[in-house]
Amino acid sequence: MKQRIVLDLTELTPNAMGSASLTWWGTLAFMLIEGTGFVMMIAVYLYLASLAPAWPPDSPPPDLGPGLWVTLILLVSVVPNILVSRWAGRGDLRRVRIGLVIMTLLGAVALVPRIYEFPAMHVMWDSNAYGSVVWTLLGLHTTHILTDLMDTVVLCALMFTRRGDNPRRFGDVQDNALYWNFVVLAWLPILACLYGVPRQ
Amino acid sequence: MSSDARPRGLRDHQLDDAAGAEALERTWRTPSGWRGFFTTVDHKIIGRRYIVTAFIFLALGGILGLVMRLQLAWPEARYLDPDLYNQIFTMHGSNMMFLFAVPVMEAMGVYLVPLMVGTRNIAFPRLNAFSYWIYLAGGLLLWISFALGMAPDVGWFAYVPLSGPQYGAGKRADIWAQMITFTELSALAVAVEIVVTVLKQRAPGMSLDRMPLFVWTMLVTAFVIILAMPAIMIASTSLILDRLVGTHFFNPAEGGDVLLWQHLFWFFGHPEVYIIFLPAVGMISTILATFSRRPVFGYEPMVLALVGTALLAFGLWVHHMFTTGLPRVAEGFFTASSMAIAVPSGLQIFCWIVTLWYGRPVYRTPLLYVLAFFFTFIIGGMTGVMVASVPLDTQLHDTYFVVAHFHYVLIGGAVFPLLGAVHYWFPKITGRMPSERLGRWSVALTFIGFNLTFFPMHLLGLQGMTRRIYTYQAEMGWGGLNLFVSLSALVLAAGFLVFFVNLGRAARHGEPAGDNPWGAPTLEWATASPPPPYNFAMIPVVRSAHPLWDDEEVLPVASGLRVDRRELLVTRVTDARPEARESSPRNSIWPFWSAVATTIMLISSIFTPWAVVWGAVPIAIALTFWFWPRGMPEEES
Repeated sequence: MKQRIVLDLTELTPNAMGSASLTWWGTLAFMLIEGTGFVMMIAVYLYLASLAPAWPPDSPPPDLGPGLWVTLILLVSVVPNILVSRWAGRGDLRRVRIGLVIMTLLGAVALVPRIYEFPAMHVMWDSNAYGSVVWTLLGLHTTHILTDLMDTVVLCALMFTRRGDNPRRFGDVQDNALYWNFVVLAWLPILACLYGVPRQ
Repeated sequence: MSSDARPRGLRDHQLDDAAGAEALERTWRTPSGWRGFFTTVDHKIIGRRYIVTAFIFLALGGILGLVMRLQLAWPEARYLDPDLYNQIFTMHGSNMMFLFAVPVMEAMGVYLVPLMVGTRNIAFPRLNAFSYWIYLAGGLLLWISFALGMAPDVGWFAYVPLSGPQYGAGKRADIWAQMITFTELSALAVAVEIVVTVLKQRAPGMSLDRMPLFVWTMLVTAFVIILAMPAIMIASTSLILDRLVGTHFFNPAEGGDVLLWQHLFWFFGHPEVYIIFLPAVGMISTILATFSRRPVFGYEPMVLALVGTALLAFGLWVHHMFTTGLPRVAEGFFTASSMAIAVPSGLQIFCWIVTLWYGRPVYRTPLLYVLAFFFTFIIGGMTGVMVASVPLDTQLHDTYFVVAHFHYVLIGGAVFPLLGAVHYWFPKITGRMPSERLGRWSVALTFIGFNLTFFPMHLLGLQGMTRRIYTYQAEMGWGGLNLFVSLSALVLAAGFLVFFVNLGRAARHGEPAGDNPWGAPTLEWATASPPPPYNFAMIPVVRSAHPLWDDEEVLPVASGLRVDRRELLVTRVTDARPEARESSPRNSIWPFWSAVATTIMLISSIFTPWAVVWGAVPIAIALTFWFWPRGMPEEES
């Protein structure tokens, strides 16, 4: 077919940021997938709870301590997370570097009480179905913390190289921050489920 | 790099047509040989690969079907022992659902959606490459296990407790469950690519209400995949955990529940039917419009019916479980919702009939396949309404009536439109025309062969023949019909053979097709056949839902994209107004290595849970290399 030029794109920005970028939408789509996964797992928890004569079947409810520490650290981490995203939006490389180091540390620190959270459930994964679903829910969320922590470490290293100072990388930092908010947010219903339902 | 010798930032309008095409070719091409084979991220090459692989799995699954028909042709036949028969029907079902039907529909989307929305590559092309390798690995896992005599033998929905640790000895059920992980991972990846491609990479002017119906169906299907597949991934993971580390999800003795498996499986499994059927709806709409020479009647109701079907698809799963003793209220609700889904489907059928009625139909092979679909799918839909009723379902559950029903729905509803679609887009994909004469033969043989094979199964089911039995006694009186079914299966197989022969010959010796041999209205026909690596020399500008019918000679386009880097256009979600020029990733070997690392981890984790720990290390390394920037022009901004 012959072509007739009817539109000029020369002046269009060569780099899409925020909701114009493809990775932003991709991150949302992955959040939807994983969010559905969390919802399904919580549904399994509630389904098994609805069948059991007592819940937990034969152990005390989980200790609140380690879970609350994890929650506290995750909630606190949202502040630097939002800041680092804002700095990335402005292209402030120095602050982004500092912010990513802080986020790496906070992600790692959140894993410490998480290690103690598994025994605080007072049940092993192979004791009964309650133990199975509790360990799987915790494991699923821990995998998300680990994945995003890895992502943050690699991104942090990248921002300290000469390839860091690039709007594209700042976009990556924003998407990574968006995903971390999701990891924190997804924890809250799981927290309510793991610690609230056994105390009903 | 040869491109470094040229001025950076060269735009398409600064070159004449030939020089522009040459520069784009250099930027977008896939190198020949092994390097190109493993590194390509071109959606057309990957889409083609996906389609060919899926059709190979179809042929293999079809052969298994024939072997089963051989065994069932006579009472008390001894060709297959019960164990091998169990493996074969499990392989047939799992292969057809997970390795053929879902992947082939997504593969058509991978190839066609970017062309139909007028962009240069799919969103996240490296993820696309990764998804293919993962899919291939899952398929090889299943078929190699079959070759080794350790294939799953628990049916395609692998009900516990049969598939659980107590009854499913060995690694057979684990292989089934991990094959699920592979195929769902690849399906989810493609779903994300399609969502983002459709929402953000449409040609300027292609607002949501100007999107081709096929693109709509792929978008809706992608969302159904995103919302349905996590359920099966959780199900298969829980099953592996029960079998490997002693969890008790499905063990009633320790507070687990066997019906939990059925809920999780069918919460995915029923939408799965629509994941397969909805793309077929798009194919039918596309073929009907082109060969009726008019747009599909009722564009908005068609789109609403699509969305309605997708929503209702999540409210039907319990109708697979009517015989498990659920509360009456649940049975009533799910009967009603199962019948309700016939409403949007019926609406679509009537819109198509009106399209044909008011059009000037040209009866070529693709349209003939669509007519075969109408007849067959309507029967399948009606038997579906029948088994939605609890008393009848209780009688017919697990009989050949159900086998007949779902083959009518899946082959009639999805495979016939797919065969029509492959005929329809074959000239675009290969640049050559398939033979019309052989095409008509393939339609006739598959249509007649299919109905003769599967219609009698309704009767066998009504006579009490249960599914999945490896043989039956002569006194049951099923011998005559079974022999008839088995002989008819040969006719059906001959139809598929003619189909393959036709396309195989046409790929080599077919008449050159030209850009738009069918006189179709959508954008994929505005470029060469087969399309160049960059799809469009300039991005088309769209002013209606059927751009090529507006002006058959001249294509309105947008200029100003760079030719020295892979660049495409990002537009707004609703009205497709240009937002940015965005780069698209180059070829890379790392999606392949990431898939290899993931495969090693997933297969090893069938044997030891620690594989998840050490297996994650190579995956993390491969992914880091995948994303690490290398100073290419694509990273400039």
